[in-house]
Amino acid sequence: MTPENRADYWTANLKLLAILLVIWFIVSFGFGILLAPALNAVSLGGYPLGFWFAQQGSIYVFMVLIFVYANRMNKLDKQFGVDEQ
Amino acid sequence: MDNLSIWTYAVVGATFALYIGIAIWARAASTSEFYVAGKGIHPVANGMATAADWMSAASFISMAGMIAFNGYGASVFLMGWTGGYVLLALLLAPYLRKFGKFTVPEFIGDRYYSQAARIVAVVCLILASVTYVIGQMKGIGVAFSRFLETSYDMGLYIGMGIVFVYAVLGGMKGITYTQIAQYCVLIIAYTIPAIFISLNLTGNPLPQLGLGSEYVRDGVASGISLLAKLDQVVTELGFKEYTTQTMGSTLNMFAYTLSLMIGTAGLPHVIIRFFTVPKVADARISAGWALVFIAILYTTAPAVGAMARLNLMDTIQVGPVGSETGNLLYEDRPDWFKKWETTGLLEFEDLNEDGRIQYYNDKNADFADTAKDYGWEGNEMVTVDIDIMVLANPEIAGLPNWVIALVVAGGLAAALSTAAGLLLAISSAISHDLLKGVFKPDISEKAELNASRVAMAGAIVVAGLLGLNPPGFAAATVAIAFGLAASSIFPALMLGIFDKRMNNTGAIWGMVAGITVTMLYVFQHEGILFIPGTEFMMGMKENWFFGISPNAFGAVGAIVNFAVALIVSRLTVAPPEHIQTLVEDVRVPRGAGAAPHISAALDH
Repeated sequence: MTPENRADYWTANLKLLAILLVIWFIVSFGFGILLAPALNAVSLGGYPLGFWFAQQGSIYVFMVLIFVYANRMNKLDKQFGVDEQ
Repeated sequence: MDNLSIWTYAVVGATFALYIGIAIWARAASTSEFYVAGKGIHPVANGMATAADWMSAASFISMAGMIAFNGYGASVFLMGWTGGYVLLALLLAPYLRKFGKFTVPEFIGDRYYSQAARIVAVVCLILASVTYVIGQMKGIGVAFSRFLETSYDMGLYIGMGIVFVYAVLGGMKGITYTQIAQYCVLIIAYTIPAIFISLNLTGNPLPQLGLGSEYVRDGVASGISLLAKLDQVVTELGFKEYTTQTMGSTLNMFAYTLSLMIGTAGLPHVIIRFFTVPKVADARISAGWALVFIAILYTTAPAVGAMARLNLMDTIQVGPVGSETGNLLYEDRPDWFKKWETTGLLEFEDLNEDGRIQYYNDKNADFADTAKDYGWEGNEMVTVDIDIMVLANPEIAGLPNWVIALVVAGGLAAALSTAAGLLLAISSAISHDLLKGVFKPDISEKAELNASRVAMAGAIVVAGLLGLNPPGFAAATVAIAFGLAASSIFPALMLGIFDKRMNNTGAIWGMVAGITVTMLYVFQHEGILFIPGTEFMMGMKENWFFGISPNAFGAVGAIVNFAVALIVSRLTVAPPEHIQTLVEDVRVPRGAGAAPHISAALDH
């Protein structure tokens, strides 16, 4: 693996991390805390929406984020030929 | 013995026999097929074991109680203790797996080419882990005091003895499979009562949906949702509205959540589990599986909390608020009430001597006049320890005895599995990292093992005695431990991977500054070593830094750590060439090599 290749791999990794962490931040600190009072005006089933994000929704999103990350990274590993055989 | 006691002894005994049986079986097999070097543990199995290791008395016993009494405010625990897995999976697990060492201090010592860094990491790890064990001891004390119908202190002493035997035994066996069994016990014990209660109150068997469903009383639909009903019931008695009450300011909620998230990703006994899967790719997905298994409990907990609160209020407030017969006669109190009274965790005092129980918020000034009109002279439930809620919940809801027994067994499984994991982390830090790694490299294996037992016993005694006066509920105490891990270990690990320029001086000063700031703040407000009366420099709630509670301060400590580390490292000499190459190498999965042997890692 050339140093350029290595740098590209790392940059692609960091880009993916940034996207996923932004989503992580928005659903928990954003929807669950900072915007929760405003979102509570909307209701989801019997849940006020902000309350739902804080006590249910963010957890579901966290799970999805990790599986998306694992999946994307595996593809990236293959693409750059750094996966484990 | 009554029927319930027989059930409890039978179920607790059976589960313990199961764990011991599995431990022996896994030990026998470990030499041949299970732990063939390098084969490692399947990510799903590892995820389940991680979930058991991770979900402690704080998650099982304490968290739903926190939710019951803090409503929306307790979301900090739900988001904090799950969101941390995102950080763990994305920022640490794959790289630490690639690095391929046994312990966290080993990584820090090697990455920062410094024994001093390794020693600082060990000290931080011990401080965080011992505080964590105090929280477990509180939970174990509560569970045993109820189970054996004795005082909390007595329950705690008995618990200390059992934890010691259990941890020493667990440390000698392959513990992964025991933890899988413990996960099964604790998740069944948690969800079965939740399903029953959800059916009772809403007709919906899924607690996650039940919490958002319509409240049904005695088969009659009420026309409003369960949460709306709960809001109504608690506000009528002067409490804060359930769905909007917060834990301090928005800033405090923010810091609290962040501290728990970062702490989750910095706790050594969790991190160590990701060292043991076969490949780097497995370390990534394994964190996802751990979170799936954890989420089953964490998405159920809000329903358990809310429904427990509603049932508790309904038990005491039997009629309309303020009516003459609206409150339960003390003589008519149910059996579960009497049993918890013997533990001292539930106390009633008849302030207005009318023989009835008034349970309301007497700190609410707006409600004071109304309460006076009713002839109420203060809240008569003088002690309601919130850590009893989950254990009392099935009894309050009138569920069958075998369910109640199962919950006790589940609580003990949660507390014991985590306490064992933590004690192993502490003892391995002392015997492997300090003794063998630094002070006496030529120590024999037998002496190392003995040292780890002594360290374990010492940790149990310290944590147990401090657990007599815990700095808060189990979940709140554990939150302090997370703050300590957040402010010390996590930044050092993350910078070690993502910042090639980070050197030993920066990392050491960062860790020292972060944990010192956090610990001083906690001690200032909660007392030195949490001993009441030793607060200093006006350690009162009014003087909290920007209103941030000591439990949430790990977030500030972590920021201090990052800032100090970055500044100091840039002012001092860059790390040597081979360390920079090492960091580059850690970032690439290929060539990770075989996974270390987990029981070997934990036996160290």
